[in-house]
Amino acid sequence: MKSAVVVFPASNCDRDAAMALEHITGEKPAMVWHGDSELPDVDLVVLPGGFAYGDYLRCGAMAAQSAIMRDVKARADRGLPVLGICNGFQVLTEAGLLPGALMRNADLKFVCRPVALEVNETQSAFTRKYDKGQRVTFPVAHGDGNYFADHDTLDRLEGEGRVVFRYAQSDNPNGSARDIAGILSEKRNVLGLMPHPERACDPLLCGTDGRVLFESLLESLS
Amino acid sequence: MKARVFITLKDGVLDPQGKAIGHALNNLGFGGVGEVRQGKVIDLEIHERDQGKARATVNDMCEKLLANAVIEKYEIEFRP
Repeated sequence: MKSAVVVFPASNCDRDAAMALEHITGEKPAMVWHGDSELPDVDLVVLPGGFAYGDYLRCGAMAAQSAIMRDVKARADRGLPVLGICNGFQVLTEAGLLPGALMRNADLKFVCRPVALEVNETQSAFTRKYDKGQRVTFPVAHGDGNYFADHDTLDRLEGEGRVVFRYAQSDNPNGSARDIAGILSEKRNVLGLMPHPERACDPLLCGTDGRVLFESLLESLS
Repeated sequence: MKARVFITLKDGVLDPQGKAIGHALNNLGFGGVGEVRQGKVIDLEIHERDQGKARATVNDMCEKLLANAVIEKYEIEFRP
């Protein structure tokens, strides 16, 4: 399975994502600079966490306009799997690849801790090896993770089985609508989530619940 | 021509920062403060003499980058 990680100015989880991909898929991902206009031939693209462009204007707003995103959008439209983690999720919503927006955390505080999540949906390339309803722990580290969309959009996401990860009910760290932590695109090939599965791939660091996401991708895309 | 863009959250979208500002004003002793909403102002210099054309351009800028239509609304004001 060949993968690429996009590097924006002030991405800071690009190497975490690369480590997880390399350990689990056995292949080093290509690191692609945001100013490049074309992705290499890959089976998966990861938009990593961080603070691209210093979160100027809105989180992910500038990054969504960068040269590489035109190719990411074109390939996502043709079905290429795209995984956006944290800032990557914000970039995906700003780029229009996922609906809704990520707003300032309801309590205005940056939150950095492990959170309990429920895997709500296993009918996806990203989550097929989890059990439906399985409780997992991933770390979060964000100030703007409060998922917002209008009621019709939220109903549609739920009705179409596109809410993949939810914060366990007593553990919503940011006030997101309906405890949403991660959603799929309509074609189910784009996943955005605020928690960091790539930082939960080693028993020394926040457990290994995140490995299953990358193992699911490996099984789906090899 | 100088354009000023006011970007605020749409009605009905929660504004925790506005709420915190309201609490702080109350704590400072400013009574009678109702709802507080905050936003941002962007000043632009547009090399265009025709205000109609300038408005269309700034409108396009707001739609594509300056505002996020999911959560924000905007107003444009011109000064000579």
